[in-house]
Amino acid sequence: MNELSRILLFMLSCVLSHNFIFARFLGCCSFLGVSSKVETAAGMGLAVTFVMGLASLFTWVVYHGVLVPLGLEYLSTLSFVLLIASLVQLVEMYIKKSSPSLYKSLGIYLPLITTNCAVLGVAILNVNNDYNLLYAVLNGVFGALGFLLAIVLMAGVRERLEVADIPKPLRGFPISLIIAGLMSVAFMGFSGLGG
Amino acid sequence: MNKKSLRSVFLNGVLTENPTFRLVLGTCPTLAVTTSAKNGVGMGLAATFVLIGSNAVIALLRSLIPAKVRIPAYIVIICTFVTVVQMLMQAYVPELYESLGMFIPLIVVNCIILARAEAFASKNGVLLSMADGLGMGLGFTAAITLIGCIRELIGAGTVFGLPVMGPSYEPMMIMILAPGGFIVFGSLLGLANFITSYREEKRMLREEAEQ
Repeated sequence: MNELSRILLFMLSCVLSHNFIFARFLGCCSFLGVSSKVETAAGMGLAVTFVMGLASLFTWVVYHGVLVPLGLEYLSTLSFVLLIASLVQLVEMYIKKSSPSLYKSLGIYLPLITTNCAVLGVAILNVNNDYNLLYAVLNGVFGALGFLLAIVLMAGVRERLEVADIPKPLRGFPISLIIAGLMSVAFMGFSGLGG
Repeated sequence: MNKKSLRSVFLNGVLTENPTFRLVLGTCPTLAVTTSAKNGVGMGLAATFVLIGSNAVIALLRSLIPAKVRIPAYIVIICTFVTVVQMLMQAYVPELYESLGMFIPLIVVNCIILARAEAFASKNGVLLSMADGLGMGLGFTAAITLIGCIRELIGAGTVFGLPVMGPSYEPMMIMILAPGGFIVFGSLLGLANFITSYREEKRMLREEAEQ
């Protein structure tokens, strides 16, 4: 298989078969927390995509450029978290200056991303799997697109649930989790795709 | 602020405000590592250690940390304890460390820990905060061990690695795969809600009868 088709398959597998929510359980908190409306879900998904792409780029550079040469791998968690927190802050400041309309729509979600485990998760996954820079960034961007897909689909279902007659104890989180389970069954159909 | 006893703070974490079933925090590890009861216990205890440690240190430093930079300061403290746990587990229980994988460093972003730091440790003394950490941690451990037991029982026919279902039992693989996690957690959460509202109703009825 040539390199290009390998990369294409890798991108596909990041979105579908290794979906961050349904296969890796990363970012479940915001997945459950911000999926009650399609619009807000899409906003959150886009903000996460943006930050995760940047985060996988910067954490890769810091890990391979600073931590490994100095033999400080055990500080990776600490430095990744601080890097992501400051990255989110910078992105927030930049968007606020350059595009106030985008800031308005993403604004409230940006600080939440710091504690989204998908962002730290992608950095750790990249290190654990020894991806090179290209694969690391692709993993970040397309993994986040998978997150976007999952959260938007979920929000679509939950908007319909508003009018459904659900037994009282199951309303809210329980029914959302069970639906996520069923969606996860559907996503299992993609397993094996792209290796 | 009214005086809180260590015992009530501890019980509050285990039962009344159980982080998994009542507050629905820390869903990622809850779903991801509960493929077996043993993993649940390991993850729960690791998180408990971090919670006690970070709550204690944050309570100690609560008057020194300026309000504006408190979140980064908390994260650094939590991170320190997570790194300690990670290295200890790697050295003493390498098998468990392997099976929990990347979810050990991810304890840093477990919302339970930051939530307790912000909601409890930053306002209370060291001993109370440690009791809160212990209670919350054990509540979390109990909850994810329960989920782990159920998933392992149905998905593999064993509990803590011991076969209980008999040789003719055909394991339902799906329960230890991703969908099982969502479905078991969702059902248990529904059950917890049901029990709470049932007790609430009974209490209201009793109060009405008394009046």
